[in-house]
Amino acid sequence: MIKSGINTVKGPLSLTAPTYLWLAFTVFLPLSAMFFFSFLNDAPFGNKDVSFSLENYEAIWNKQFYQILLLKSFRLGLEVTLLCFVIGFPCALILAKNIKGHWREAIFVLIILPFWSNALVRIFSWTMVLRGNGIIEVMLNWIFPGYGDFSFMFTYQAILIGLVHSYLPYMILTCYVSIQAIDDSILEAARVLGAGRFMILFKLIIPLSLPGIAAGSVLIFIPVVGSFMEPRILGGREGTFIGTIIEDQFTRVFNWPLGAALSFLMLFIILMIIILSNSLSKRLR
Amino acid sequence: MKSILGSMSIRSLIMSLIMIISSVIIHAAEVRVLNWQGYGTDEKWAVEAFTNKTGIEVVHDYFNSEQEMLTKLRTTPGYYDVVLINSAFTGQAQSEGLISAVDSSKIENFNDLSPGMGGNPNLVMNGKVYGVAWVWGVTSFAVDSTRFSNIPDSIEVLWDKKYAGKVSVRDDAVEAVQLTAIALGQDINNPSDLNAIKNKLMSLKSQVRTYWSSEDEWNQFFSADEFDLATYWSGSASRSKTAFKLPVEFVIPKEGAIGWLDGLSVATNAPNSSGAHKFIDWMIDPDFYVKWDTEVGAPASANAKANSMLPSSAFNRAVLGNPQKVSKVQFMGPMDDKIREEMLEIWQEVKASQ
Repeated sequence: MIKSGINTVKGPLSLTAPTYLWLAFTVFLPLSAMFFFSFLNDAPFGNKDVSFSLENYEAIWNKQFYQILLLKSFRLGLEVTLLCFVIGFPCALILAKNIKGHWREAIFVLIILPFWSNALVRIFSWTMVLRGNGIIEVMLNWIFPGYGDFSFMFTYQAILIGLVHSYLPYMILTCYVSIQAIDDSILEAARVLGAGRFMILFKLIIPLSLPGIAAGSVLIFIPVVGSFMEPRILGGREGTFIGTIIEDQFTRVFNWPLGAALSFLMLFIILMIIILSNSLSKRLR
Repeated sequence: MKSILGSMSIRSLIMSLIMIISSVIIHAAEVRVLNWQGYGTDEKWAVEAFTNKTGIEVVHDYFNSEQEMLTKLRTTPGYYDVVLINSAFTGQAQSEGLISAVDSSKIENFNDLSPGMGGNPNLVMNGKVYGVAWVWGVTSFAVDSTRFSNIPDSIEVLWDKKYAGKVSVRDDAVEAVQLTAIALGQDINNPSDLNAIKNKLMSLKSQVRTYWSSEDEWNQFFSADEFDLATYWSGSASRSKTAFKLPVEFVIPKEGAIGWLDGLSVATNAPNSSGAHKFIDWMIDPDFYVKWDTEVGAPASANAKANSMLPSSAFNRAVLGNPQKVSKVQFMGPMDDKIREEMLEIWQEVKASQ
């Protein structure tokens, strides 16, 4: 017998209420405050008079370089996600299907190991590897004497390396979970019916693990678009992205309203992308 | 029940009283300083000498830009005692109520300050002292002396194609725009042609390897050979040379340089105002200054007596004390907010350009 009315709501509500309260305090309230800030003309600290204005959103509309930076950041997000997929999916595939037993756990730990270290320390260790007189250059000069300068530092590629290194585990783990869920008997049946390796990969494994790929992509794309640590430390003069500009507004320039406006615009665009890709994937299925 | 409650509440009352009194005592024996890192106030020997003399502990907090300093003052009122504020910003800090007037009678060395500095209109407003003139210096550029057979004398060397990709510039809008204004011969506090400045900065961007934002970062990039020449501050160049033994040569080019005067201020509702005054007094004391400049490296002192006690070969006495060399130095002053915003936008655009 199905209970109806308020009784069916009270049970779940009492269990989820603490979570919603917590989310409200730690996520919703600060974001609302920032949203409110984005409509002011100046940060409301000290004894300044502040008034409502749309000048921040207008500035983004009028100044071309904000739009260029947004495109640049989205391009970075796409490239990092793609690279993580190309490197991470085969790793997850081998881990899920070929490796058994204790080795699987050992490799699991190795994949998660980067998460145990501080992100900033990881990025700085990349500077030591990539810079002039860094580890790679010294080794190259030792193997091929007179190699000369190898400096990857302060380039777009250095930012890509740093970001892919930081976010690869997300893709590997999410793909692993969904590949593991694929029943081995399906793959065996396909082999028995004469399907080649690549046909199994493209027609069976990838479509069946699409949820994991999508989850991993979202987990990587959203933070990378807004990232500022890796671009600032590894990027040098190429390291200006929407994330670093937003950070500038809050730490150097003290124009919190503009930073808030840029953040919410980015949030809006990302939400649109996710909604669009969701409806697209539903239609494909 | 009632007696238990009674004894418990008396006990907790005594405990809380002890805690309040001890926290007050702890606060009274401490002075909180907000400054750039490694900029004199946190020198270990200086802090120890101060604590031994007065019994007051010194606790430091740091910032990497004037805007960060203002943000910290705005968002944590009543926390800091002594704040280092560039004289170009003292007026803004005072008008926002972030700093309170300094009682110059409590500072013994106050009368030794050079009149042009101690009474500078950016620091003394309405007859009240809001910032005690501490040190002054110039912002220009420094070169790696091992890479230059002749030390350059013009700021145009930053744009020299020979050093493309081996230049570094501080990631600060006002400083970048003002240095370019000097290269173009404009007034740094009120530039006449911001468009020309923007175009010149765009052409500088292809020269730049990376931006630096702190003295520590500058020294690290220099040691890693990332740049041959970079914009820098005179006091910091002296520190890199003396304390860190790097082959750094600071240049005041013929076009001029940006001058700045730093002052020590007392924050509004400072927890330990008397301690703050004692600390400021120690900072402008010649005993502190001479040891700071000769052993570590420092900008020039606003205390004329302290400056004259330096060895005659010292940079601060020989160069900054030489009126001919500093004749074209333009001092930073308070800037119209609108002009500052335009400078910020120019810098954002330069940084974002492809």
